[in-house]
Amino acid sequence: MLDEELKADLQKRGIFVASFEDLYNWGRKNSLWPLQFGLACCAIEMIATAAARFDMARFGAEVFRPSPRQADMMIIAGTVTKKMAPLVVRLYNQMPEPKYVIAMGACAISGGPFKEGYNVLKGIDRFIPVDVAIPGCPPRPEALLEGLIKLQEKIEGQRLFGPHRARHADTGDAADYPVPAYGAHDLEPASNPGVFRPDPPRRDGE
Amino acid sequence: MTGVLEAIKAAIPSAGVEILKNPSPCAQDSLVVAANDARAVAEFLRDSLGFDFCSNVSGVDWLPKKVKQEIVHKETVEGVESEVKETVEREIPGFLEVVYHLFSIAKKSGPLTLRVRTGNRVGDVSIPSLTPVWKGADFQEREVFDLYGVRFDGHPDLRRILMWDEFADHPMRKDYVAPDDFEYEPTPHDEILAKVKARTEAA
Repeated sequence: MLDEELKADLQKRGIFVASFEDLYNWGRKNSLWPLQFGLACCAIEMIATAAARFDMARFGAEVFRPSPRQADMMIIAGTVTKKMAPLVVRLYNQMPEPKYVIAMGACAISGGPFKEGYNVLKGIDRFIPVDVAIPGCPPRPEALLEGLIKLQEKIEGQRLFGPHRARHADTGDAADYPVPAYGAHDLEPASNPGVFRPDPPRRDGE
Repeated sequence: MTGVLEAIKAAIPSAGVEILKNPSPCAQDSLVVAANDARAVAEFLRDSLGFDFCSNVSGVDWLPKKVKQEIVHKETVEGVESEVKETVEREIPGFLEVVYHLFSIAKKSGPLTLRVRTGNRVGDVSIPSLTPVWKGADFQEREVFDLYGVRFDGHPDLRRILMWDEFADHPMRKDYVAPDDFEYEPTPHDEILAKVKARTEAA
């Protein structure tokens, strides 16, 4: 690791020193290309975020790609119905590493107002790992930008080597998640236990 | 409404049609049509009475219910005649109902509410499709089929429209039980709270 004092000293003399990791992460975090798809009303806020007033281009994330092969992150913008869930998981599998997921809005996080219904998935985290969850119904564009900045911070801090390296740098872990099948009463399986490990049900104070 | 009923009776004397009164202030009465005559009545309404637009198709699930009825009859006890009130409980079997709302754009009138009922809730759930009469009923009849399980005979493309094809249940039926995929709730209450307690006790 580079000595921070030496680094600052060199910087004063006009010499910029950075580790390969820093440079690599700096590049990645400033050109996050989202996958272009929206599922419900949150998508309207996502579109507003990308448009001129909020201008997601300021953060290098304006290049919405219509193909998962060219995307770095997935914004789950809206209600994920059980009919749609296998398609979302398949899209995630088709994205190249490194890949990130933002769950935008109450529905994508937990099912939101439809949580006790029969046809809405109770959170996309049942099937794929979520990096940033943005609450709101729908979240305002500022909230999505904040979520994007949080994701950038996460990318900036990721290590590429050593024991604490990021998932995508760990070649042994193929991020390919099983796609649920349409069952007679529900999705089969209803969640992926490899990803989804919720707290046991409890009531606060008990 | 009575005018429409009379016109139908005059054109198709054998048709099983009756008026169902709506006692609420809106007083929107409806026509209950026997399933076998629904197609003929619908064609008559479209061609002769000008109901050219079917705006809405919906389903209703009626569970079997018990109705108490008071019957007054005269009884003679020891030479004295008196009126005796007797309460009789009668069970009305359950059925599925499909409601069509019809408008006439040509005559600027409507809505005319048409109700068609199935024989019961589980076995005899077929009624004739009115999609051949009003094309706009296509997707909505598919939705009623999907969510209530009413089979529409003569529908050109009777498939599920909202749920996936492999799905076996009909979620809008009153006896539908949703899959138990509840895992976590920060502030459980009512049914969910009961589930939480059952699970914590089991664990």
